[in-house]
Amino acid sequence: MKNKVYPFYFTLGALTLYLVFVVLPGFMGIAYSFTDWNSYSTDVNFVGLDNFRTIFSSGENYLDYIKNTLTFTFNTLLLKTFIGLFLALLLNYGVRRLTHIYRVIIYLPVVVPTIVVGLVFRSILNPRTGILNEFFRAVGLDTLAQPWLVDPNIAMLSVVGVDTWKGVGYIMVILIAGLQTIPQEYYEAAEIDGASPVARFRFITLPLLVPALTVVTILNLLYGLRVFDIIYVLTGGGPGYATDVVFTAVFDEFSKGRYGVGTALSSVLFVVMSAAGFFIVRRLTRSPIEV
Amino acid sequence: MTLLKNNKLQSTRNNLIAFFACFLVVIPVYIVIVNSLKDSAGARTMSAALPETLHFENFITVVERGKLAQTFVNSMLYATGATIVSTILAAMAAYILARNRTRLNRFVYFFVVMGIAMPLNFFTLTKVMQITQLINTQIGIIILYAATQIPFNVFLMFGFVDAIPQELDEAAIVDGCGPFRLFFSVILPLLMPIVVTAGVLNFVGIWNDFLLPLYYLNNSAYWPMTLAVYNFYGRFQQDWNLVSADILLTVLPVLVIYLFGQRFILSGLTAGAVKG
Repeated sequence: MKNKVYPFYFTLGALTLYLVFVVLPGFMGIAYSFTDWNSYSTDVNFVGLDNFRTIFSSGENYLDYIKNTLTFTFNTLLLKTFIGLFLALLLNYGVRRLTHIYRVIIYLPVVVPTIVVGLVFRSILNPRTGILNEFFRAVGLDTLAQPWLVDPNIAMLSVVGVDTWKGVGYIMVILIAGLQTIPQEYYEAAEIDGASPVARFRFITLPLLVPALTVVTILNLLYGLRVFDIIYVLTGGGPGYATDVVFTAVFDEFSKGRYGVGTALSSVLFVVMSAAGFFIVRRLTRSPIEV
Repeated sequence: MTLLKNNKLQSTRNNLIAFFACFLVVIPVYIVIVNSLKDSAGARTMSAALPETLHFENFITVVERGKLAQTFVNSMLYATGATIVSTILAAMAAYILARNRTRLNRFVYFFVVMGIAMPLNFFTLTKVMQITQLINTQIGIIILYAATQIPFNVFLMFGFVDAIPQELDEAAIVDGCGPFRLFFSVILPLLMPIVVTAGVLNFVGIWNDFLLPLYYLNNSAYWPMTLAVYNFYGRFQQDWNLVSADILLTVLPVLVIYLFGQRFILSGLTAGAVKG
């Protein structure tokens, strides 16, 4: 009876698109990881674990790309969560008027194309003519005027900074929604009991914000591990390989026609993220948090 | 009394911090706007200075040389087409998966939502696109965008199907509705708020995307605005006034959608994220 009223074929459109264009390439990719597939010849030969040996050998740069990806993910996660939480607390409790306007403005960079943000910041961070360094020089803080995107030692930090500028509004909005689920009475009761603001934050806000913080962490993780646009536009992976991440390397392999190694690299990420996705989705679907 | 004074001081300080955060967001926007109105020499360093004379003709130059009309139509086509396909298919799937929780359907739901975490494999996806004859075609990029948005849309809509009372279905069936009429005339209108929310989020995401056209559209006549603006920058690096004008025109459509649709965007995020 139920199958007649709610026929399974209603799901087939969505399911087909998802299977053919997302899942199938992922699994095909695992198979092709064991071949020397490239753009120069039509032959595809089985080469065993060669591609993975290339990726995980210390002579090549792939391990650095993976390390850079993790550095990027970890740093943007920390920065966006802390600044986002700070702004959420500020706009939810600290500011009475204009909160909506503040929120709309701080969220604005999220809807601007990453490619555009990258272009604009390339000019802002230009060591000689960019307005950031001009500003530092104008106020006499010459030591702070750095070659932001050119110095291999700080290029990654600069990229992380720009990415935080663009993405922190997203995190803030979710955390504000989380804060608004906390009943006001808890704070009132705590205040009557004489709890200090710090204690109220520590024992009411933080524990009750855990669900929202979990979501924020998941979003930041998924974004960071897959990052491409912002790095491609800001530094193109350079200087040298200082900011190259998995997906800029993948694009590089793609352009050079080295499909086998590229697929192996993609597959490593596919397996890791699908496994992570399994636990993430289990958590998301089992403990729904009501607003 | 001192308490009140303290509060006032605190409130001023908080407002100042919030204002400063907004200021940091607005500076780059301001810089792009003023420089889009300068001449080439004036815009060379992208300084914050106001233009001496206003060069509105920059925008005309950009529209002509950047082929903005064509790229705008392309972006519009991809974002609208994929958004409609993806939201409708996802709504149909979410509805069945939420209403009829068989073992199979629960597995399908779990499996589809896992797609939120899965990265694309661009190498084998190329092969799939070649086999399906979709590579380097506009319909291909629309289908690809629709496919990538499905997991998130199903996830977002699933919870909302539950909020629609099942008695409505029963009443409609008693009145002789088939599954199609039941869905399209009874359920879909009630799902509209979340469909619109998902749609706005999809639209903005696709409009801003740069990656899929970079891999799968070699023909510049098919490029969306994001890829075109990047290419324009490559050709006119010396003319930041033109690049700025191009950037403004590229961002304008999403800004309009954001300002009018912010209710949906901000609420959709929280619905999808915090509701679970």
